[in-house]
Amino acid sequence: MSSKDRILARIRRAVPEPGPDLEIPRDYLHAHARRTPAERVDLLAAHLAEYRARVHRTGPGGLPPLLARLLGERRGARRVLVPPGLPPWWLAAADDSLVRVPDRASDTSADLDRADSVVTGCALAVAETGSIVLDGSPDQGRRRITLVPDHHVCVVRVPDQVVDSVPQALPLLVPTRPLTWISGPSATSDIELDRVEGVHGPRALDVVLLGPQ
Amino acid sequence: MTGRETGPGTYLGMPAFPDPDPARFPAFPEAAREAVRDAALRANLRYATHTIRDKRARAVAELADWDRLRAAGKAVKDRTLRHLDRYLLQLEESVTAAGGTVHWAADAAEANRIVTELVLATGEREVVKVKSMATQEIGLNEALEAAGVTAYETDLAELIVQLGHDRPSHILVPAIHRNRGEIRDIFRAEMGRWGRPAPEGLGDSPAELAEAARLHLREKFLRAKVGISGANFMVAETGTMVVLESEGNGRMCLTLPETLISVVGIEKVVPTFRDLEIFLQTLPRSSTAERMNPYTTLWTGLGPSKGADGDGPSAFHLVLLDNGRTDILADEVGRQALRCIRCSACLNVCPVYERAGGHAYGSVYPGPIGAVLSPQLRGTGSPIDASLPYASTLCGACYDVCPVAIDIPEVLVHLRERVVQGGPVTRRGVRVRIRPARGHAAERAAMRAARLLLDRPDALRAGERLLARARRLGIRPHRLPGPGRAWTDARELPEPPPEPFRDWWARERGTATRTGSKDRKGDDGPK
Repeated sequence: MSSKDRILARIRRAVPEPGPDLEIPRDYLHAHARRTPAERVDLLAAHLAEYRARVHRTGPGGLPPLLARLLGERRGARRVLVPPGLPPWWLAAADDSLVRVPDRASDTSADLDRADSVVTGCALAVAETGSIVLDGSPDQGRRRITLVPDHHVCVVRVPDQVVDSVPQALPLLVPTRPLTWISGPSATSDIELDRVEGVHGPRALDVVLLGPQ
Repeated sequence: MTGRETGPGTYLGMPAFPDPDPARFPAFPEAAREAVRDAALRANLRYATHTIRDKRARAVAELADWDRLRAAGKAVKDRTLRHLDRYLLQLEESVTAAGGTVHWAADAAEANRIVTELVLATGEREVVKVKSMATQEIGLNEALEAAGVTAYETDLAELIVQLGHDRPSHILVPAIHRNRGEIRDIFRAEMGRWGRPAPEGLGDSPAELAEAARLHLREKFLRAKVGISGANFMVAETGTMVVLESEGNGRMCLTLPETLISVVGIEKVVPTFRDLEIFLQTLPRSSTAERMNPYTTLWTGLGPSKGADGDGPSAFHLVLLDNGRTDILADEVGRQALRCIRCSACLNVCPVYERAGGHAYGSVYPGPIGAVLSPQLRGTGSPIDASLPYASTLCGACYDVCPVAIDIPEVLVHLRERVVQGGPVTRRGVRVRIRPARGHAAERAAMRAARLLLDRPDALRAGERLLARARRLGIRPHRLPGPGRAWTDARELPEPPPEPFRDWWARERGTATRTGSKDRKGDDGPK
């Protein structure tokens, strides 16, 4: 008898009469407030900032100079990882001293470790929890490129990519894609249960809220 | 020490601890005695648990529908547990279809054997680990060590425990019993022996300590070829695995290595992807008191490209672990403990945990949830497991905060009954009848005497009158004689009333119909 058969047999003996499926009472809220798109974006910004992400707002005209400034202001931030589908105009204002490193499958972790920053888009953002979600689409790249560099700049198109809540976010995501939910820079509460930002993931997270104007 | 079995029980490993044998672990009151006298430990625990307690209350209060989320989470887990066979088979199918390989482990020894063989087959001799209760439970690190494989814990608190040759004392924050000064000393003394030493002149601010951990572990992440994890949830319909974490060590272990092995208890499965909308709201708020933890990773087998796109591992193994869980499932009262999502809110509110600390529970599962999980997973044959159901005041704070509404006091009382009276239990899939535990003879005798007395109203009345008369004579015993003495070591005997209730009732209301008796309550009426 295989262990699989043994475990399944134990389960069936443990619950000999399972009965019909229990109904799940899904009367919990779909969103915890009624918000205008602008209020939703404000809430996202507030919650991200509370977890020490740096939040910026700009329109299409302001994005290239803003990204150039964010990538340039960090001392030594001169190598930036670029996912294949990142709109080229986003980085148009960065000068030639910024080395654009493409996201290549052949790069080792050590190669990635030499990059200073990474710029990505996102799949969506959740206002109530202050989260951005990556799903590996071409403007976000492989998961590791947003993990190894110490500085992540994530562009969220507002208000279109912002939802209120977790129940609103899940139906928009494809479960089989690799999903990474990011709520602020890496942190730990392991020392006296006090929150400290900055451990293994990127210690600096810039979130750019890109509006239509 | 590969998942050593102790008697008929199930072994819950304790990493980096020299004696993981529950049979030789002292009973809870003895184990707690030392901790209760340790002023520094009590101060550390008090500070940490009170900090998180208040934060959790605020995070939960933000959600007006908390009770509904709690009820829904409970229902999802109950639904799954009723049809666990079906959901596990569905999960296996989904994971396999997505390019993963599923293994089934009936106990700790089998799980350790499977993982060890998988690691050795890669040719690697070191692995990086994400914090996982399941792998602690089975003592995986020790099993790997015996096979010549070094397992590096990468969660900050786990690292502190591993470097300090210590035992975890909390589900979420295994090093909660250590303060910043102690952690700095451990880092200074031990980091160099495992890899990159602590920076010169390391201070004790949490930020400096976190930085030291980052530097120490970074080289290990970047060169690791094998990662080992647990999972918070597994979705049957899609085969999606979910890991919630804060530091990024989880993302490192789940995405950088070529081979990923996840060891997960069978009760972690949920039916649908949509069910995550409940737990992704309740788990972070209950555990770290955050709206959302910094990082949550969801992956499904090897992804849409079956590992060809170079995003994440190229081999994924899921080890489904029973190790006593089906025995718990067979107990109609106790099975609710399998709803646990390991948030640790019950530890943080527990007055007993706050004073005794996690080590006294003699298991990787401390606190209120540990007091109901360990004796069910391992059986009540050892002194520690027979005493754990009593490691509670039954105040119910644990039930109030539980995000899946596990009625821990109910299970504790149920287990006390099982310890004192014995009865049918399932051990390793077999129905057996356990005998009453030793040491409860006086309790049983007292209960028998009470039953005799309460069955005979005349005898009861005579006894009550005798007590009242003794009181009038000034005889007021504060301690019980004989075997009852231990009970009154820490308790006051209630004072006998001046007259039995039934005498009072007969006198006040008994024969004649009275009116206005509400105003006529006798001063000496029953209290």
